[in-house]
Amino acid sequence: MSARVRAAVLAAVLIMALTGAAGYVWKVRADQAASLAAAPAVARGGDLATVRAAPHLVFRSTALGREYGRVAVVPLSDPGGARTFTPATCERVHATAVDAICLSADRGLVTTYQARLLGTDWAPVRDLPLTGIPSRARLSRDGALAATTTFVFGDSYANPGQFSTRTVVTRTGGEVIGDLEKFRLVVDGRTITAADRNLWGVTFAGGDTFYATAASGGKTWLVRGSLSARTVTALRGDVECPSLSPDGTRIAFKKHGDLPAGRWRLAVHDLRTGAETLLAETRSVDDQVEWLDDGTIVYGLPRQASGTASSDVWKVPADGAGAPELLIRDAWSPAVVRTALAEGNHP
Amino acid sequence: MYVTIRDRPADGAGATAGKVSATVLLLGTVSLLTDVSSEMVASVLPLYLTAAVGLNPVAFGFLDGMYQGVSAFLRIAGGYAGDRGGQPKWVAVVGYGASAISRIAMLAATGFAAITAVVTADRLGKGLRTAPRDALIAEASDPAMLGRAFGVHRALDTVGAALGPLVAFALLWSVPGSYDSIFVVSFAFAVVGLAVLVLFVPNLRTAGATARIGLRNAVREIGRRGLRGPLLAAGMLGLLTVGDGFLYLTLQDRDDFAAVWFPLLYVGTNVAYLALAVPLGRLADRVGRARVLVAGHVALVVCYLLGAFPSGGIGSTVTVLLLLGVFYAATDGVLPALISRLAPARARGSAIAAAQTVVALARFASSLLFGLLWSVGGPASSLLLFAALLTAAIPVAAWMLRGAEVAR
Repeated sequence: MSARVRAAVLAAVLIMALTGAAGYVWKVRADQAASLAAAPAVARGGDLATVRAAPHLVFRSTALGREYGRVAVVPLSDPGGARTFTPATCERVHATAVDAICLSADRGLVTTYQARLLGTDWAPVRDLPLTGIPSRARLSRDGALAATTTFVFGDSYANPGQFSTRTVVTRTGGEVIGDLEKFRLVVDGRTITAADRNLWGVTFAGGDTFYATAASGGKTWLVRGSLSARTVTALRGDVECPSLSPDGTRIAFKKHGDLPAGRWRLAVHDLRTGAETLLAETRSVDDQVEWLDDGTIVYGLPRQASGTASSDVWKVPADGAGAPELLIRDAWSPAVVRTALAEGNHP
Repeated sequence: MYVTIRDRPADGAGATAGKVSATVLLLGTVSLLTDVSSEMVASVLPLYLTAAVGLNPVAFGFLDGMYQGVSAFLRIAGGYAGDRGGQPKWVAVVGYGASAISRIAMLAATGFAAITAVVTADRLGKGLRTAPRDALIAEASDPAMLGRAFGVHRALDTVGAALGPLVAFALLWSVPGSYDSIFVVSFAFAVVGLAVLVLFVPNLRTAGATARIGLRNAVREIGRRGLRGPLLAAGMLGLLTVGDGFLYLTLQDRDDFAAVWFPLLYVGTNVAYLALAVPLGRLADRVGRARVLVAGHVALVVCYLLGAFPSGGIGSTVTVLLLLGVFYAATDGVLPALISRLAPARARGSAIAAAQTVVALARFASSLLFGLLWSVGGPASSLLLFAALLTAAIPVAAWMLRGAEVAR
């Protein structure tokens, strides 16, 4: 081939690559705009204050349209029905009757993350301390304690499974109680001092006590912690993202078992007997679940639909029987708010 | 950057004194385009897996270590195939082609297994093309200017690596959530890079074309006295090279600046690498490649010591990042420049591949070892131990490399 022919071929490849790529991006843009315009109107529920006065579910709405990502509420009596939007936009949300914690991300070249405490009117009250990428957030039932977990990933080059978390517990008044990774970790009576210990997925049990996941040397444990003693003690192995039942007797969690990397099965651990029950949900759930009531848990599952990522909230009985059921379409990060404050303090 | 094209692009072989060969610039352009393409995908992969596919990124990191091993062995195969056929260009084309195809395959891959397979194909392509490409650079360059030639190539390569994430995030900003757009644009970059390689990089016949070097001969050439010392030295130094990931984790562990900017720490290292690749390559040509290679490890010792210091701060973090860049600029391009002068022309690709594989495997072993130490004793004491061992190893490596300077 002469130099001229080669230059012409390169020019042709360049033009084809350029028009092909630009055309594809342009079409995606046009399709996105069209589907946004054509998105079916989401059924609007009643007045926010009225919905919040009765037991309700707070979640992130992932229905296409202008309200994508907004926090919404539905009454517990009709979770699949019309939703009422709040002014807040969050990637993850957890709420009580008096406050809410909202994790949000500004995606960009440098993605920045915020963990904000929202008041009853959904306006920001204060920013919580945060370093890294937030992954879990929980409030205690009385709304007085907040826990945020952030992941700081290692460069994965030849460092299999390297990752690091920071989990910070804060009083919603602003006082920082501490980084749980600095707490004493006791497994089988021995204190673990390994530098690779990580703690995440806090669930508050009321007062001084909480449960969480601890990990070190490739193992995970369910731990019970004391905020005043600054100690966490392992109860059993292979537990991630625990969630305490409303009656305080059981822990729902995700279990890795012998599944392939990146897959989990939902299970319930009975704190009184130590028995473990696998739940009827067989799809992999990577979420910290919530309890709808003492017999049912709820969780988010991603759904791939027509090129856009969405998600739904599902429910499944906590006793291993039955089958998973769709609870709320186009929803993520559910939080159950049973009633106003009075019921908040559990044993 | 000080580069001029003086020789005729049509044949490209053999540079005139003082200038970098057009072939090197063309290969640098190919690497630039390919790196834009691969870093576009790499930078959004964790987001894509968590946001669109719904996986935990930790699961992905878990598998990443394994590709490195497979890629290392394929690298040797690529180097040998280039020598054996005497046409390293076409081996490189296969490697770049595999990576290009893997981009468009991302559109169809949905599950964890499929994505893993596609990412593996990309890494395999990278493993295959590296050594024949470096053999081409060595073939096309004046032996006295090899350090500079590799420096220029690595600088262009790093520009691509820096641009890739920018392009990806600009795209995500303009079409939110459309990862498919990223894959398509990434494919377009890869195809143009491949076209430059196929159309313009001369198919330099290496000496192997006439020698038809057999596998046994290649192994014997690599095991010769002249090469054995440098390979052992490179392996020993590689064993004491802590992965960047660990250094970044150490930095983020002790100060909030590094934690907040964690995803961008590697950019600081890349900037230093980019700025220093050519000057250090030229320095290597002047004072000796082995000397610069060994001296680069002194920068690494200082990195460890600063990282082990209990309290950090912006100054210390930035210094560590810059010194890491110095280390890469003094070693990454200098090693093939050093090796390609020591190996006979008919086994050049195999020798470069052997050296790079020795380093990659030694670093992999080092990562496992350091990870173990880290989990037992914490980052500071592990870093101090590695700093002490590396300080002891540097004079030994210098002694092993004493014969590696070819008279110029």
